[in-house]
Amino acid sequence: MTELPPAIRLESVSRQYTMGESVIRAVNDVSLTIPSGEFLALLGSSGSGKSTLLNLIAGLDRPSTGAVIAQGNDLSKMSSLALARYRRQTVGMVFQSFNLLPRMTLEENVELPLRLAEVDRSERATRVREALQRVGLEKRIGHRPSELSGGEQQRTAVARALVNRPKILLADEPTGNLDSATGEAILTLLREIQKNPGMTIVMVTHERILAERFADRLAVMGDGKLLSNGAAR
Amino acid sequence: MKLRDLSDLAFRNLREAVLRNSLTTLGVAVGVASLVAMLSLGVGLQQLATSRLARSGLFDSIFVTPKTNLRGPGAGPPATRTPDAKARLLDADARAEISRMPNVVEVYPQIRFFTEVRYDGKPYATMVAGMPESSKVSGAFDGMQGHFFSSANADEAILQAEFAKELNPQTSSLIGKDLILRYAERQSLGAQGGDAAGSGGFSVVPKEKHFVIIGVVETEPASGFGGFGNGRLLIPLTIAETLRAAQVNDLRDILRGSSSDKPSYSSLTVRVKSPSLVEATEAKLKDLGFSAFSLLDISKTLRGFFKVLDILLVIFSSVALAVATLGIVNTLVMAVLERRREIGVLKALGAADRDVKQLFFVEAAVMGLVGGIVGTVIGWLIGRTIAFGTNVYLHSQNLSSVDISSVPWWLVLLSILFAVGVSLAAGLYPASRAARLDPVQALRYE
Repeated sequence: MTELPPAIRLESVSRQYTMGESVIRAVNDVSLTIPSGEFLALLGSSGSGKSTLLNLIAGLDRPSTGAVIAQGNDLSKMSSLALARYRRQTVGMVFQSFNLLPRMTLEENVELPLRLAEVDRSERATRVREALQRVGLEKRIGHRPSELSGGEQQRTAVARALVNRPKILLADEPTGNLDSATGEAILTLLREIQKNPGMTIVMVTHERILAERFADRLAVMGDGKLLSNGAAR
Repeated sequence: MKLRDLSDLAFRNLREAVLRNSLTTLGVAVGVASLVAMLSLGVGLQQLATSRLARSGLFDSIFVTPKTNLRGPGAGPPATRTPDAKARLLDADARAEISRMPNVVEVYPQIRFFTEVRYDGKPYATMVAGMPESSKVSGAFDGMQGHFFSSANADEAILQAEFAKELNPQTSSLIGKDLILRYAERQSLGAQGGDAAGSGGFSVVPKEKHFVIIGVVETEPASGFGGFGNGRLLIPLTIAETLRAAQVNDLRDILRGSSSDKPSYSSLTVRVKSPSLVEATEAKLKDLGFSAFSLLDISKTLRGFFKVLDILLVIFSSVALAVATLGIVNTLVMAVLERRREIGVLKALGAADRDVKQLFFVEAAVMGLVGGIVGTVIGWLIGRTIAFGTNVYLHSQNLSSVDISSVPWWLVLLSILFAVGVSLAAGLYPASRAARLDPVQALRYE
């Protein structure tokens, strides 16, 4: 059996910001390899650089030095147009505050990545329904986000992240705004998605207990550096 | 993103802040309305002036005179004058020849002669003018009392209002009444077999003819170029020619030694199919040995004047549109600020900078399109209202109505395109600002 190439490889990645005269190193010389199909939890306290690292993997930001290689492509060398295509086709994102557009129904929110990817209208309806079925919200298709609970909103966000069938799912504190039972339900959903259809998941969280229960591996960050990196269980 | 999806999202965004966007669109509509209203008046006045002048026949007409004009340049004592080899007499043969020229639709002489009119037993001295059939559509007879000549050979007369008032202050009561025209008929001495036949000349014989008054006209239809004075009693040109009344230029025939019974003319008016043919026909007439003159240059000056007027109207009315443009910039910049997080989400989901820019452009274009359409309708209504008010005033002054407002299709199309173009220009800065937003910063925005 041949070994699959890594889904994501970080090679001495640094990201620094200049604030006046001081230089802030949000991510400092991080090297990390995430194999395909792995569920990695990035742990760390506030300001440890885990969300910055996730943004670099998402192609929302560029490293100051080093290389972020996702699915064999060096993101630091891509044009902004190619990065946008990468975000559309290769990654799906879930946020702590859900980031659903309030004036759109669930169907329209989930359909948004398909519009950006210029998928035919006839196919869109089927894929939106499939995605909402997957998260158990097919009966709320015409509802607006404000009519849903926090957990339902996050499930909608997961459906939106899945609808373009990405290879990598990136979740930034997906349980941060949810109670523990709902948070568990969301992580159970992510775990199911990881196994079927088989997806690489990188989740930023500060909840170590949940991370240990659901993730395959934990990477702990502090002051922008990778402090430890090992199996969760 | 496909245009349909962009439009769908843009309409959704515009509906979200419906009051603010409606007010901005109304601003565009007011700007376009002022533009359309001003230009509709400019175009309307131009069309009115042009059509009046076109109908007057002045701009498709050439005025032909003989080159041997006694008053012309180079005139002097006959002994010292160099005869022009090509100069020709403007007589019936010349008239027939000119009539046969291509693109010529009508050739008629200026017939004016002094006469004594007898009405109600009293004599009145006045000038008679022969009017061609084509003068019916010149606009000079619009709004007249009574009607135009029933035929080219009718013994009918139309009175100029000032002269009509001399006959009877109640001019409308004149219609249907008879009058007698006393005039001097030119008779060739040769035709009479007199002694002077060989030396040329003619005698004048007093004659009378009855006419029925069929109309009274306020304007002066016979005051055109080439006349010897305003015709105050108008009769059909065909009848005027058959009268063979002695005219001022007959003296010239005597000097020239012409004894012909065929009339010669001091001038002929040559009408061509369209003003564009005037220049070429004028040149041909000069080649034939006549002097020719047209008013085409005045027409060009008039068109130039209206173009300058239109430009000034556009500049003044564009001020309102410029203010509306600032409104669009303001609205879209506000939208960018308010929707920062949404822009961040769109970018996180895979929207390129181009998609975000296009989204704001479509929003600006929609405001411009709707504002342009609404503004054009409002502008048209303003133009119609001004035209209505003008006509109410004209009616109160017993003047015939005019249409001073016109919104041709090109103005509608141009106004809407202009509104969309200006709106797109206004959307340039907000759209670029939205496209440049850092998605990470935008997603953090609360």
